[in-house]
Amino acid sequence: MNMMSESAVEKALDQKMSDASHKMIGKDVSVYYGEKRALFDVNLNVRENTVTALIGPSGCGKSTFLRCLNRMNDTIENCRVTGKITLDADDIYDQNIDVVELRARVGMVFQKPNPFPKTIYENISYGPRIHGLSKNKADMDQIVEASLQRAGLWGEVKDRLHESGTGLSGGQQQRLCIARAIAVSPEVILMDEPCSALDPIATAKVEELIHELRANYTIVIVTHSMQQAARVSQRTAMFHLGQLVEENDTDKMFTNPDDQRTQDYIMGRFG
Amino acid sequence: MASTHILSAYDDELKYLSRRISEMGGLAEQMCSDAVRALVNSDAALAQKVISDDVILDHAEREIGDKAIVTIARRQPVAADLREIVGSLRIASDLERVGDLGKNTAKRVIAVQGTGVPRKLARGLEHLSDLALVQLKDVLDVYATRSAEKAEAIRIRDEEIDAMYTSLFRELLTYMMEDPRNITTCTHLLFCAKNIERIGDHATNIAETIYYMTTGAQPEGDRPKDDSSNTLGAITE
Repeated sequence: MNMMSESAVEKALDQKMSDASHKMIGKDVSVYYGEKRALFDVNLNVRENTVTALIGPSGCGKSTFLRCLNRMNDTIENCRVTGKITLDADDIYDQNIDVVELRARVGMVFQKPNPFPKTIYENISYGPRIHGLSKNKADMDQIVEASLQRAGLWGEVKDRLHESGTGLSGGQQQRLCIARAIAVSPEVILMDEPCSALDPIATAKVEELIHELRANYTIVIVTHSMQQAARVSQRTAMFHLGQLVEENDTDKMFTNPDDQRTQDYIMGRFG
Repeated sequence: MASTHILSAYDDELKYLSRRISEMGGLAEQMCSDAVRALVNSDAALAQKVISDDVILDHAEREIGDKAIVTIARRQPVAADLREIVGSLRIASDLERVGDLGKNTAKRVIAVQGTGVPRKLARGLEHLSDLALVQLKDVLDVYATRSAEKAEAIRIRDEEIDAMYTSLFRELLTYMMEDPRNITTCTHLLFCAKNIERIGDHATNIAETIYYMTTGAQPEGDRPKDDSSNTLGAITE
C-alpha cells in the first residue's frame, strides 16, 4: 500500500477537490408541492469527492433539494420538479432513466436509522442482490465484509452477522445504514441529518466515517447542526425560504460569509 | 452590531468583553499620559501611581482572557462573533503592553529626577506622547463604533509618530555628544521615547484588529513606516 502521510492524502484530496469536476449539476431547480412552491430556481453544483453541506432553517428547502438529487420526491404525491439535474452527463429526470438504478448510483441515508428487520448480513446483501452485483455466496460475503469495513462497523459486528440489525445501538444502526448504502457501490451518498438521533460519540464516529468516505464518494449532507457542517464539509450551501442564499468554501462560510442572512443564521441572530 | 442573538446571555457575554476592553483602554491611556507628565515634572508620587495602576490593567487582561475562553467553549462562535472574541483577546493584550510601557516610563522618573529633563527635550517628549495618545484615544473611539474605514485611517497616521521619534532620537544623540554627563539622563529619555513610540505601534495593531473584526480581511498593504532611527549614526562613507 502506498504509505502517503495523512496530510499528504488530505492535500491530494483538496487538490482533487479544487480541480473537481461537478459530479452533479442542478440548474434552475424548482419544486412545487401542489400549489405551494418549495424551491425557487436553485443553481447548485455538487463537486466530486467533496462533502457538501446544506444548511438553513427548517422549511428552507434544503431537504427538498437533497431529495431531488435521487428523485426521492417522486414518491410524494403532488410534488413537481422543474429545471434540470444531471449526474455526470445524464439528466436524472429524463424519461428513459431507470429510477432504481439512479438510486443505486445516488444512495441515501436518513435521519433515523432504518435497518430492515433482518439480520445484519441481509441488511447489506439485499441491495447487491436485487441489483445483481454478486455472482455467488463468496462474492456476496466479500461485498458484505468490505461494506462493513468501509463503514467502520466490521470489528463490532463480525461475530454476529446473523443477528438482527435492529438489535444494534443507534449509532451502529446508522453506520449499518451507511454500509448498506455503500454496498451497491454508489457514486454519490445523500445524508439527511444522519446524526440528529445519535449521541455525541456515535455522531463523532459517523462524522469520521464521512471524512473517510470522501476519498471514494461524493457526499451531500443536510444538517441542522452548524458545527457539524463546519466539521465535516468542504463546501457549504445556505438555503433560506426556498432559495439558495450562498454557496461557498466551508472555511470562508464560517469565518466570513458573504451574505447577511448566512451570517445571521450561523451566528444565531435574528436579522 | 445591528442584530442581537436569539440567546440574550450570549449578547451579554460579548458586551461584557467590549465594556472591559473600553475600560482597559481608558486606564492605559491615563497611565501613559500620567507617566509622561510625571517625567517632565519630576513627579515621583504620580509615577508611583502609574506603577501601581498597572496591576489593575494586568488583572483586567486576565479576566478578559478567561471570559473569552469560556464564551468560546459555551457558544462555539463563528463568523463575526468569532472574530469579535479573538479580536478582544488581541486588543486586551495590546492594551496590557501599552500599560507596561507607561509603567516602564514611570519607573525612569526616579532615575532622571536628579538632573531633571531639559526643557527642549521635555517639549519633544510631550509632543511625541501627544501624538501617540491621540492615536490611542482615537483607536479606542473607533473600537466603540467598529468603523473599518476609520481604523484604516488611524493605521496610516502612525507615520507621524515614527518621524517624530526619529527626530527626538537624533536630538538626544546630539545632547550626549555635547556633554557626556548627559548620557545617563538621555539614555533613560531615549527609552522613554521608544516606549511612547511603541504605544503608537500598539494603537496601530489595535486599528488593524478592529479592521479585521469588522471586515474579516486584513488591511491591505504594508504599514507605513518612517522610523529611520535604527540606521541613525551608522557610518556611511
